[in-house]
Amino acid sequence: MAVPAPGASLFDGYCTLPGVADELCDAQGRMRPGWAPLIAHLSGLSPSQTAQAFARGDQHLTDAGVYFRKYGDRTAATRDWPYSPMPVVIAQADWDTICAGLIQRADLLDQVASDLYGANQLVADGHLPAQLVASNPEWLRPMVGVTPRGGHYLHFCAFDLGRGPDGRWWVLQDLTDAPSGAGFALETRIATTQVFPDLFAQANVHRLAGFFQQFRAALGAMKDDPASRAAILTPGALTDTYYEQAYIARYLGLSLLEGGDLTVTDGRLHVRTIKGPIPVEVLWRRMDGNWSDPLELRGDSRLGTPGLIATIRAGHVTMVNALGVGVLETQALMAFLPRISQALTGTDLILPNVATWWCGGAAELAHVRRHAARMMIGPALGTRMPYDTTDTHAIGSTLIGSDRYDSVDPWLADHAPDLMAKELVTLSTTPVWSDGALVPRPMTLRVFLARGPQGWHAMPGGFARIGTGADTSAVSMRRGGAVADVWIVADGPVPMPSLLPHASGEPFQRASPEALPSRAADNLFWLGRYAERTEGQLRLLRAWHGRRSEGTSAPLLDAIAASLAWHDVRTGRAIPQGLRRTMQGAVQAASQIRDRFSVDGWAALTDMDHTMALMQTTTQPGADAVLATGVLLRKAAGLSGLTHDNMYRTAGWQFLTIGHALERAAATLVLLARLTAPDAADGALDLAIEIADSVIIHRQRYANVTSRDTVIDLLALDPLNPRAVRFQLDMLLARVTDLTADAPIGQMTDFERGVRTLQTAFAVHTVTTLDTAALHAAARDVLDLSVTLNAAFLH
Amino acid sequence: MIYDIRLTIATDYAASAATGRHVVCVMPRDLGPGQRLIAGLLSVDPATTLRHDRTDFFGNPVVEFAVDTPHQGIAVQVQARVVRAAMPVASHDAVPLDSLRGVLAGWRDMGPDSPLHFTAATARVPRDAAMTAFARSLLRPGMTALDATLVIGHALHGTMRFDATATTVDTPAPEAFAKRHGVCQDFSHIMIACLRGIGVPAAYVSGYLRTQPPPGKRRLEGADAMHAWVRAWCGPQAGWVDFDPTNDRTCDASHITVAHGRDYDDVPPIRGILRGAGGQRSRQAVDVIPVGDHA
Repeated sequence: MAVPAPGASLFDGYCTLPGVADELCDAQGRMRPGWAPLIAHLSGLSPSQTAQAFARGDQHLTDAGVYFRKYGDRTAATRDWPYSPMPVVIAQADWDTICAGLIQRADLLDQVASDLYGANQLVADGHLPAQLVASNPEWLRPMVGVTPRGGHYLHFCAFDLGRGPDGRWWVLQDLTDAPSGAGFALETRIATTQVFPDLFAQANVHRLAGFFQQFRAALGAMKDDPASRAAILTPGALTDTYYEQAYIARYLGLSLLEGGDLTVTDGRLHVRTIKGPIPVEVLWRRMDGNWSDPLELRGDSRLGTPGLIATIRAGHVTMVNALGVGVLETQALMAFLPRISQALTGTDLILPNVATWWCGGAAELAHVRRHAARMMIGPALGTRMPYDTTDTHAIGSTLIGSDRYDSVDPWLADHAPDLMAKELVTLSTTPVWSDGALVPRPMTLRVFLARGPQGWHAMPGGFARIGTGADTSAVSMRRGGAVADVWIVADGPVPMPSLLPHASGEPFQRASPEALPSRAADNLFWLGRYAERTEGQLRLLRAWHGRRSEGTSAPLLDAIAASLAWHDVRTGRAIPQGLRRTMQGAVQAASQIRDRFSVDGWAALTDMDHTMALMQTTTQPGADAVLATGVLLRKAAGLSGLTHDNMYRTAGWQFLTIGHALERAAATLVLLARLTAPDAADGALDLAIEIADSVIIHRQRYANVTSRDTVIDLLALDPLNPRAVRFQLDMLLARVTDLTADAPIGQMTDFERGVRTLQTAFAVHTVTTLDTAALHAAARDVLDLSVTLNAAFLH
Repeated sequence: MIYDIRLTIATDYAASAATGRHVVCVMPRDLGPGQRLIAGLLSVDPATTLRHDRTDFFGNPVVEFAVDTPHQGIAVQVQARVVRAAMPVASHDAVPLDSLRGVLAGWRDMGPDSPLHFTAATARVPRDAAMTAFARSLLRPGMTALDATLVIGHALHGTMRFDATATTVDTPAPEAFAKRHGVCQDFSHIMIACLRGIGVPAAYVSGYLRTQPPPGKRRLEGADAMHAWVRAWCGPQAGWVDFDPTNDRTCDASHITVAHGRDYDDVPPIRGILRGAGGQRSRQAVDVIPVGDHA
């Protein structure tokens, strides 16, 4: 007879589904071990207290800017990460079985990889059909015969598990190529600590930090050269888990590098930084294998690094995980793994995987046909559950996504060797919060394993995917649903991860700021340029529309239009497409460096872009356009304030500022050369003062007399006017001095030489020597700085 | 037959490239009695900062090199002497088409020449219903894999028009087939798609072809280009049979193999990534000179 838990009211009202295992409630209707403190805590809260607690979790995720981008959606639509505040509780004994099973499985998969890229004995002995390897796009031929440095193919894996009606856990999916989700697990945990701040110690919940410390140490230990780096390799900002990658990179203190950040020189892999190439020996790979080297794998890949495989072949780089292990995710492989386990290790799998049949075998095909109603059928060589793909597949005798077949049988008959079937497993349910009560929803578990010097260790937690409805078939996960924290609950107090030196390894510490990757510097430089260029174009447009409605002389209007045309901005529409292109240049540059650009800055930038897009459809030329450009200029000022008042003065900020200063100096010089030329139209000098936003200071300084000399003095030579060329050159000099502070004496770059030469020239120029020809020449010199900057820092 | 083969692939860049990294696959293979490589020299201009000679998965000799100094272009030159003998086609050993599937299902060899590598669709040779239907319409009961290969190759030659300007290196095979035109690369990809569509393993071959000058004319130097044709696997005994669909004939001593692959992407003569701005222009010159015929 079970003793009722304290505050059992929530539990009492919980109704499980018939014929389905439940995480909270066992087959006899008793509460499973580990749940009692959580249920008691929740039962003791009033509805409003519960609502407040849950809201804290959501607020945390909103504040942290956690988002999920749909792959290929170039509009960068972001949406909240669905979060279910009720954790899934798993007791220690249950967890120990899962860990033992997964560690055995990870070792087995490592051996399988070793065979598939080595002797191919599994095929030769008939344990695996040759076709599943030879026709497999994930079996990367350039990696055949290449033994990874350190001997292991797998270092970090994830697994999706489900619990069947008999209470046993099943492996649904192996994730070996570039598994995602470790960062989600961490974020989910942090959100849950906001919801249940006091409960963790009391409920004996295992902490996650130790897992990450060990993994970080293991990555570091794979380096031979202490001066080299371990980093995360990302496919870039358009991938759906980019946020998560940026998050985990910040947490572990690792650089998040794209293929273009890396370069192979002298047969070694390097990251290009503003301080030159720095060796890289370890890459935690979040990019699919096939895309990582355009020279030997997919030649159309723009994401990879040419020559990467050559450095692996030469034993200079450890990939976590090795290139080519995507083949282990092959759906049909599960049909053979139990036998392979026997063949390679002489043992049975501790955790079964979901029953799978390759339809290429006659007996298997017959079995699948007979039981199609309880199967899901999909591509044998797929790497995801059939329902997670766009390929033709069948769920319980219903064919989906085919325009050639209307039923399963003929499809199976024509394509059997290309297909596999999996049992349509029933998942367990877990309680989720719904309108003040707990209701059962299906769930799967994602568990992470990392290899350390002493072997595999599991993240004591992970996350659960929760189905949206009461349908408990595995297919229910296709509709996404929510994500919940997973608590592994010990029988007694759990060890607290400590930042003190660990007995068996080096102390965990965040790396000091590493040299800025050149690509990030380049994007920040262009963000500065495009943001300033947008502002400059807005000022020109406002002047044009303002004067046009006043009936200003054609030559002066033409002068403004010519300045705009210099950047391919036409004056036909109130908010021209050319202006929008400039704006989008800034958005594009910023989107590449989300891990280095503040959430508020990003919001300000995209808000300005959206406003501009809206105005394109509504604004009329003339007075309306003057108002609209004024609104956009104020938004630009807000953005500029954010970056200059709030941004930490890293090398990144230096490059943003250099871009800004260089753009403004060049644009001002071009404008002055045009508007102060001897043949300039009447009113050109006043126009220059207005566009440069210096009307008031000019009036104060020079009363109402406008001459070429006053304009040149105020807008070119004045060191205190931020709109003046001289001010921006001083700015450039200050930034280049900061950037080269630790460079060897006597090794001045062409960029620094160019900045110093220009700055000195403007320091000694007079209104007389700075004639139109000198202005034109200076404009060219400023624009050429972009080239020498590239050569000095960004190559 | 002994040949001296000369090849130049030169690429000129519109703007100087800071660094470049390339893999070239242009040296004739040593394939045993049918084709012996007596001597081969591959040189690169400008001087390489790194060079690595190796064989790829399929056993093709490739050279990977890097140039880390600013350069205006790349020139790769090959000089090779090859002894080539026509090998008899073991037509009586070819297996009936109907039994090929069964043979392959039991096949466990994963070596570089295994037919198993050449059955699946690839990026350049997708499964295409039109090409499969075309191939199927030519089949007659009792045909062997070799019969099918010959009849398909012949039919393609009859229906396809050779047109050096109609397609580019990136034209998809189904498109070239739909328009019934193309160059040797298109002919080969289409024939591979037809063969794989009916279950015959088929590979892409890149190589050199001895061409005969028009009667009474002298052979023009460097007038040739690299060639491509098809290998079909006709059974355990018959093995691989090379067929040239562009010229409608089984390959003979005029064909000198450079590389085997699943499609062009496995064996492009030069694959390269360079860092620099601007476009590039490429030219290729090939001489296949029967020894004793030096002009």
